[in-house]
Amino acid sequence: MLTNLILILVVLSNLKLLASSRLGAAIRVVAAQGVALGLLPILAHREPLAAHALLLAAGTITLKGVVFPWLLLRAIREVHVAREVEPFVGYSASLGAGVLILGISFWMCTRLPMPASIASSWLAPVALFSIFVGLFLIAARKRAISQVLGFLVLENGVYTFGVGVTSRTPLIVEIGVLLDVFVAVFIMGITIFHIQREFDHTAAAPAGEGKD
Amino acid sequence: MTLLLAALALLLGGGMIVLATSRPHRDCSWLAAGVVVVAAIVGGIPAVQVLAGGTVSTLHWPWAVPFGQFALGLDPLSAWFLLPTLLLSALAAIDGADYRKSGPEPRSLGPVWFFYCLLVLSMVLVVLARNAVLFLFAWELMAVASYFLVTVEHERPEVRQAGWIYLAATQVGTAFLLALFLLLARQTGSMDFTVWAARGIPTGGWAAVLFVLAAIGLGTKAGFMPLHSWLPEAHPAAPSHVSALMSGVMIKTGIYGLLRFLTFTRTPPLWWGWTFIGIGMTSGVLGVLWALAQHDLKRLLAYHSIENIGIIALGMGVGMLGWSTGSAPLMVLGFGGALLHVLNHSLFKGLLFLAAGAVLQQTDEHDLDHLGGLLRRMPWTGTAFLIGAAAICGLPPLNGFISEFLIFLGALRGAALAPGAVAVSLLAVVAGLGLIGGLAVACFTKAFGVVFLGTPRSESARTAAEVGPAMIGPMLILAAACILIGLLAPWAVGTLPRVLTNLTGLPTAAIHGGLAGAVGPLLAVVAASAVLLVILGLLVLWRRRLLSRQVMATGTTWGCGYAQPTPRMQYTASSFAQPLLSWTSAVLGGRRQLTAPNGYFPAAASLHTQTPDPLHPDLYRPALDRVGAGLARQRWLQPAAVQLCILYIALALLALLIWKFG
Repeated sequence: MLTNLILILVVLSNLKLLASSRLGAAIRVVAAQGVALGLLPILAHREPLAAHALLLAAGTITLKGVVFPWLLLRAIREVHVAREVEPFVGYSASLGAGVLILGISFWMCTRLPMPASIASSWLAPVALFSIFVGLFLIAARKRAISQVLGFLVLENGVYTFGVGVTSRTPLIVEIGVLLDVFVAVFIMGITIFHIQREFDHTAAAPAGEGKD
Repeated sequence: MTLLLAALALLLGGGMIVLATSRPHRDCSWLAAGVVVVAAIVGGIPAVQVLAGGTVSTLHWPWAVPFGQFALGLDPLSAWFLLPTLLLSALAAIDGADYRKSGPEPRSLGPVWFFYCLLVLSMVLVVLARNAVLFLFAWELMAVASYFLVTVEHERPEVRQAGWIYLAATQVGTAFLLALFLLLARQTGSMDFTVWAARGIPTGGWAAVLFVLAAIGLGTKAGFMPLHSWLPEAHPAAPSHVSALMSGVMIKTGIYGLLRFLTFTRTPPLWWGWTFIGIGMTSGVLGVLWALAQHDLKRLLAYHSIENIGIIALGMGVGMLGWSTGSAPLMVLGFGGALLHVLNHSLFKGLLFLAAGAVLQQTDEHDLDHLGGLLRRMPWTGTAFLIGAAAICGLPPLNGFISEFLIFLGALRGAALAPGAVAVSLLAVVAGLGLIGGLAVACFTKAFGVVFLGTPRSESARTAAEVGPAMIGPMLILAAACILIGLLAPWAVGTLPRVLTNLTGLPTAAIHGGLAGAVGPLLAVVAASAVLLVILGLLVLWRRRLLSRQVMATGTTWGCGYAQPTPRMQYTASSFAQPLLSWTSAVLGGRRQLTAPNGYFPAAASLHTQTPDPLHPDLYRPALDRVGAGLARQRWLQPAAVQLCILYIALALLALLIWKFG
């Protein structure tokens, strides 16, 4: 029951992200999504709480709920970018696309063979939805920070699938993935900062340039 | 095998440490050179053991790569290539310890030495690998490491250009090699060299395809004539000790690969041998002709590498013809000469590049026509260069003569015994080798004469001084090796049988029989050389005695009795080569600008010659431009923004999912 609640939260936060126009708000939404997903390993496992699930939850919440938002908020504060996400695709159109993706994800998962031990039948569609929303955010937003957020949402989708579907994910794999993401966000943060210093803007696609 | 693994680990670990430490660059260089020397000694022990008759060792480790296995093996063929690799790596490293990076400010040499260690490591892995995936891995590691070494002085635009040409050439070669390995794997169902050697390639259509793929893929690295374009670009661009290593041993990994490929085949058809003789003749003759036309010392040496690869290819061609016609002596002498020339070339070409590097470091002059009179200023370097030059020309009693002599002997014997067409092609080999040797003598007379004799043609040549002991030492060791192999020729040839057994699979008796024919003439040559040397020594002593009671005056070299000679009256590199080049200009092409002297009191006259490699501007450039233009038309596919790239990926993913589940 609680698992489904978290999944609903994830869907709602994804939709909110698609409609959100402020960078700061978007960062906070992703952080909230990270915290919600951090609770998932504890709830998704029916057997008594294992130490590794607790550890994983703690790690996920610390990184996604505290460290990443702090890094990203600091980045936008220091870089002085305009606080708007500057979309290629408008907010209502993005929201429409989001609903369409949600539909496709649920439809697709009716045809996906699922293991019997899965915690909730919504897990796979929500995971797929997150992945596509992440890709959509990367493709449809201009700011480099938005792309970092899109990447995080995408990773959240992969994480949801991993935690929910495989009953016993090896701790080491999860920690490894977390570390990867941490390094990626870290490097992106630094790179954004440096790109801004060199070129005075962080839009990944200045109009009409960048073809090489 | 444990020692070899230790050597590999030492190179990797040492390279990492050098990269990590931010020591002042002299310490860093000496540390790295020390690592390479120790690794060479540690790795050299098993190689010598195997060549001396020790057991062939192998190693199989699982490797988490699809179809890959960390399979190493040290048989005599590998050991034969391993030994010069390690020797030259160590000596070039010692020489390079004195290397200073040119450029605006002195910078850390850590990365340079890291890639040097990596290059040595990869070359060792290439000759040891017994699995196709591991071989390709090592092959690519070698390409990448050497690319970074070629572009060490990347501030200069021509160095960056040379780096790109090299990288493109080596990647093309690898593409063919990949196709070769995939086809072999498809036919045998394995990526293991031992399986390939055991099953063998069936003769016929497929074998022809495989042979062509191998000749192109491996020949690009070796520098066979139409595929050689990268050599004259990359060698002058790289630091000299790296050129020595690349020209001395790295290009030989291509030869190693071809010989290894031959161990997979059954009796080759006649046209394989003819192909190799054709390649050898083109590379040998054209290589030396272009060398003659060059004005840059290192570019000249690079063309000589092509020439010597041509000689090796001739030896292999003779050996293959022997294989096809079932003539053991032909096979033994041809392959034996080729193998010995691989070793010899690594010695004298390494020596020549190190000497050229010494000249370059002391004068900072690439152009031959700005050098001169260096023998008095740099006596050790000059003497070492002279020995190397005599060796590369194939003059007795030096080592270059011995290997060429074996090929000569094989070709002559074969020409006498073999049937029609084969005999004609073997006679062509004899003629070709003679022509190559003669032209090489002319070329090195020019190179040595212009650089080391006469009077200096520029201020930097006038003020040049001898290099330090770290650079002289390796040159003297290599020069001594050239002389020793020449004087101990009959015994040097005695090390070949195990390698030849490994390569050809002939019974030991047949190999000894084949070589026995060469030992007699070699003994005579060595004896004659020894007598010659003794006479020479006596003449020197006599001259000294005659002169000891005389007053000696020192005059300008080639002063010709003029009252006021100037260095500009000397023969230049261009004028020395001009007669030979004018005969061959039909083949060579090239541009000349002549302002002929005019009238009774001519005021100004000048001659400029330039002989660029025609393949590059005339063949590769237009072809590549056309490919580039074709690709540019597909440009609209490439998105301008990151966002569109991601969109493509997302759409492709979505389409795939819908297609699979829809």
